[in-house]
Amino acid sequence: MSKSREALIDPLFNNNPIALQVLGICSALAVTTKMDTALVMSAAVIFVLLFSNLFISVLRNQIPTSIRIIVQLVIIASLVIVVDEVLKAYLFDISKQLSVFVGLIITNCIIMGRAEAYAMQNPPGMSMIDGLGNGLGYGVILAGTAVLRELFGSGSLFSVQLLPLVSEGGWYTPNGLMVLSPGAFFIIGFFIWGIRTWKPEQVEQD
Amino acid sequence: MEYYLNLAVKAIFVENIALAFFLGMCSFLAVSKRVSTAIGLGLAVIFVLTVTVPLNNLVYVYALKPGALAWVSPALATKDLSFLGFLTFIGTIAALTQIVEMMLDRFAPALYAALGIFLPLIAVNCAILGASLWMMERNYNLAESAVFGFGSGVGWALAIVALAGIRERLRYSNPPEGLRGLGLTFIIVGLMAIGFMAFAGVQL
Repeated sequence: MSKSREALIDPLFNNNPIALQVLGICSALAVTTKMDTALVMSAAVIFVLLFSNLFISVLRNQIPTSIRIIVQLVIIASLVIVVDEVLKAYLFDISKQLSVFVGLIITNCIIMGRAEAYAMQNPPGMSMIDGLGNGLGYGVILAGTAVLRELFGSGSLFSVQLLPLVSEGGWYTPNGLMVLSPGAFFIIGFFIWGIRTWKPEQVEQD
Repeated sequence: MEYYLNLAVKAIFVENIALAFFLGMCSFLAVSKRVSTAIGLGLAVIFVLTVTVPLNNLVYVYALKPGALAWVSPALATKDLSFLGFLTFIGTIAALTQIVEMMLDRFAPALYAALGIFLPLIAVNCAILGASLWMMERNYNLAESAVFGFGSGVGWALAIVALAGIRERLRYSNPPEGLRGLGLTFIIVGLMAIGFMAFAGVQL
């Protein structure tokens, strides 16, 4: 029990896929201008991670090592196609905003990385928990970044205007930097700084 | 001609694939510690992008696009296989990197040794798949996708070499404990992205 709890909780802050393992950063930066895209993206990644870990773990003794990357990619790509079709059917607007980044879940290193590092050696149940934990760790950073970017970049959360904008007669001048790409880099950089100040054992030595 | 030059400049500077679209970030951050390895990876990415984007364009136009199979038989003219795009593109990329690796090993061993482990890693670099997906999204034709692939590759290589140059100097500085390594790298990439924003609106 404690082992599975560890597999679930550990990736949230102690071994966060984005902040410590440096995996899956592309999409973390690109989809965080708004809360709803960030949450839909996290949900999609959690789904793919959960099931890719499960299937790869079930097949781990059948997959020949020499072609394992291709087999993993096929499993992951099939899951991503399912996610993409579901998004197009039920959340068309958000799927348009996410554009190519749904497809890029295939090459999101978190998924390949967890498949290689965990699912290939561990039984299915634990692999699913590991997938869920890492997916949540990814979601935490995405949601945190998106809150800051949407609140300060356009004065709203979930497209609900919280800070009235100057252009609409309010008092808040939106910070345009937050919506642009450099803002995303700065926020994640500061997040990592924060996590490492809180947990000094993560500091890199060189 | 001018149109293609413009497209290339746009892909290299204005819409830099690493700094404006955040593609290929994993290897961008992980392999940018030394200039020499960054150059190797950059060359490999340019090469693979220049080949895979036009190739995927052919696959898309002749096999996947709605009605693309009409050349096989008129009965197939209504079929739309574009949902298979992800699977075929990643398949093409994985197969092509494998072929490139074997070809280089056979015909250009010096280059093969220089690129080393980066070639297989490229198959899962999101910049490669990303460029193919942009090609599909923007409906480029064959010539446009060749120029776009090459331009994106050059842009990515330029960004990683510049970042590696800065990080090599950074070793002599003394940043706060928690900021060392990844945190500071992110902030530098952010500053580089601001720099590249100066190219916005450049037209030939």
